[in-house]
Amino acid sequence: MTADVLASADTSGPSSDGRFIDGLFGRLMAAAALTVIAVLVATAVFLLIRAWPALSHYGPLSFFHARWAPSESAAASSTPNPYGIVQFIYGTVVTSLVAMAIAVPVAIGVALYITNLSPAVLRRPLSSLVDLLAAIPSVVYGFWGVFALIPALGPIGRGLTSVSGIPVIGWVFQGPFFGYSVFAAGVVLAIMVLPIVTAICREVFDTAPRAEKEAALAFGATKWEMLRLAVLPRSRSGIFGAAILGLGRAFGETIAVTMLIGNNVLTIPHGIMRAGSTMPSVIANEFTEANQPFHLDSLFVVAFGLLFLSLLVNIIGKRIVGRVSEHIA
Amino acid sequence: MFCRIKTITATVAIVATSLTGCGSTSGGGAASGAQQNMAGQICGLRGAAKPEYSRKIPKIDGGATSLSGAGSTFVAPVMSVWTKDYSESDGVQVAYQPIGSGGGVQQIIAGTVDFGASDTPMKDSELKAAKFGPILHIPLTLGAVVPTYNVKGVQTGLKFDGDTLGKIFAGKITKWNDPALVALNSGANLPDQPIAVAHRSDGSGTTAVWTDFLTKESPTWVQALGGSDRSFGKDIAWPVGIGGKGNEGVSGVINQTDGSIGYVELAYALAQNLSYGVVKNKAGNFIQPCVATITAGTQGIAYPPDLRVSLTDGPDLHAYPITGTTYALVNQNQTDAAKAKALVNFFSWTLSAGQDDAASVNYAPLGKDLQALAVGMVQKITLNGGPVGK
Repeated sequence: MTADVLASADTSGPSSDGRFIDGLFGRLMAAAALTVIAVLVATAVFLLIRAWPALSHYGPLSFFHARWAPSESAAASSTPNPYGIVQFIYGTVVTSLVAMAIAVPVAIGVALYITNLSPAVLRRPLSSLVDLLAAIPSVVYGFWGVFALIPALGPIGRGLTSVSGIPVIGWVFQGPFFGYSVFAAGVVLAIMVLPIVTAICREVFDTAPRAEKEAALAFGATKWEMLRLAVLPRSRSGIFGAAILGLGRAFGETIAVTMLIGNNVLTIPHGIMRAGSTMPSVIANEFTEANQPFHLDSLFVVAFGLLFLSLLVNIIGKRIVGRVSEHIA
Repeated sequence: MFCRIKTITATVAIVATSLTGCGSTSGGGAASGAQQNMAGQICGLRGAAKPEYSRKIPKIDGGATSLSGAGSTFVAPVMSVWTKDYSESDGVQVAYQPIGSGGGVQQIIAGTVDFGASDTPMKDSELKAAKFGPILHIPLTLGAVVPTYNVKGVQTGLKFDGDTLGKIFAGKITKWNDPALVALNSGANLPDQPIAVAHRSDGSGTTAVWTDFLTKESPTWVQALGGSDRSFGKDIAWPVGIGGKGNEGVSGVINQTDGSIGYVELAYALAQNLSYGVVKNKAGNFIQPCVATITAGTQGIAYPPDLRVSLTDGPDLHAYPITGTTYALVNQNQTDAAKAKALVNFFSWTLSAGQDDAASVNYAPLGKDLQALAVGMVQKITLNGGPVGK
């Protein structure tokens, strides 16, 4: 498609030489664009091919239960399937939700401050500082998490586990809490997704029409009322889209989560204060020594599921954010 | 990668020298009675550390100048010492890739390396899958897996037995002041604190040795895992605990978590300065892990002809019970004369002079019985069905 556009725009070209180079350039760019699509499709197909032996042996639906026990695969010929993956999907979603619960309010606050409240001098440095958070490699976050975050979370975690008497909330926060947990992984994920959520929120808030904001202020609204009346209402779906894109980022995060989540692969943990595992973490942990029958193939099933989930979330997020910016324009 | 391993090795060596006579100085508040002293005495013996085995198979000329190997990460530190010393003494370069025991088995099955290395013997099904005929298991060195813990106010040398460890790792003992632990450690100040179990999250030979011991000693452990065919191996369906990747992952969890217990190779426990326990052996003695007691673990075991055997729970009085060996995996029948000669030369060197080297980096040399059997294995290597040396 790119090639066509370039070729048709070329009719008034001055020399045949230039036309040739332009055509070549167009084709090269088209090839580059196609490569991206090809890599994506090839990755998905490759994962599916490698997952196929396990999928056909156990049946695709049999992976939807919550018990992962490779040591039992030799004993279990085909049923029950020892490679249940529901707890990994659960862990991936729950760590990401914990991250969102922390990151989204903070991101909204930071973005509102940068766009509407901060002195003009501070705007640029603040924005770039938040963006810099994204430049920190995730293994550094993991390292920091193990040696700084987990000791710091100790008192908070033990405090949270003391609410065990209350129904539901008591279950969510039941102990014992040893630091390495779904909760700790969620907290570090919150810091990691903060830049992307803040950046999108900032853009969304920036699109609020200046005239409306000034009108609100002219009517005697306080700054908070101005934000509530003129900025936040039209930003709601934008914030939602930002959160979804943050989720997409959190879903795939591997090393920092693996270092902090405690890697309980067997089943769904009770509550968020105990050790769990995510789809990326089980792959990172087990692929080097996956020597049980269908063990490696089943990890490919997890990888395929993760790719599918991440693509889905990212597509939904992009759609929402895209629609919002169109609407405003 | 290699630099990091060397650093660890260096640290281990320093710790090892500072631990001379380890057993007599530690043992915690509960050190009492003749049993502890016995372990202390044998750990103090320097003779056991450098066995000075003589070389049985003379050097064969005309060998290849390079060999490739891959597998066990556990053996990597001592392998790096061996490859360096061996290239200096014989001029042969041995390239070893520490990719994990499972990888070593896969590579020797496929025939992509000259030798593999694994902390557990190959399974029958794996041996059948080998592309180039029968594979020999040559024991190279010994290691111990030790219970390590981090409990405020409790020093190194806490006493454990197999059943208690099994109950802890099955989640049946959940507090440090459980009666079973108190009974073993009268006098130790065990707190009323939950136990945080730490285990490997990746498949590992260390896990295989550890769970092999638990399976032999703890019916509770076997029952919790659903049968003795599921209660030992490189991958375990852990009922409780926090998973760490690699020995360093587990030691990291233990360092960071008050009230934790886990298992690591002795070398890592020493390098990380972790507190570790003494474990009751088959003869009923509480044994401190050190080079001498690990080597003693290989004495008096009934070895099968192919040497595929579990070394845990050795019958010797001084045997540390959670002991394992790393095997070199070699195709019995070689087809390349130069490679065959180089392999025989390398392994007959590692089994003689190499054993003294191993002790210098805190790896235990093979006991006399096992060393002789290992040399016998090397002699079984053939070249196109005939003898290797000419």
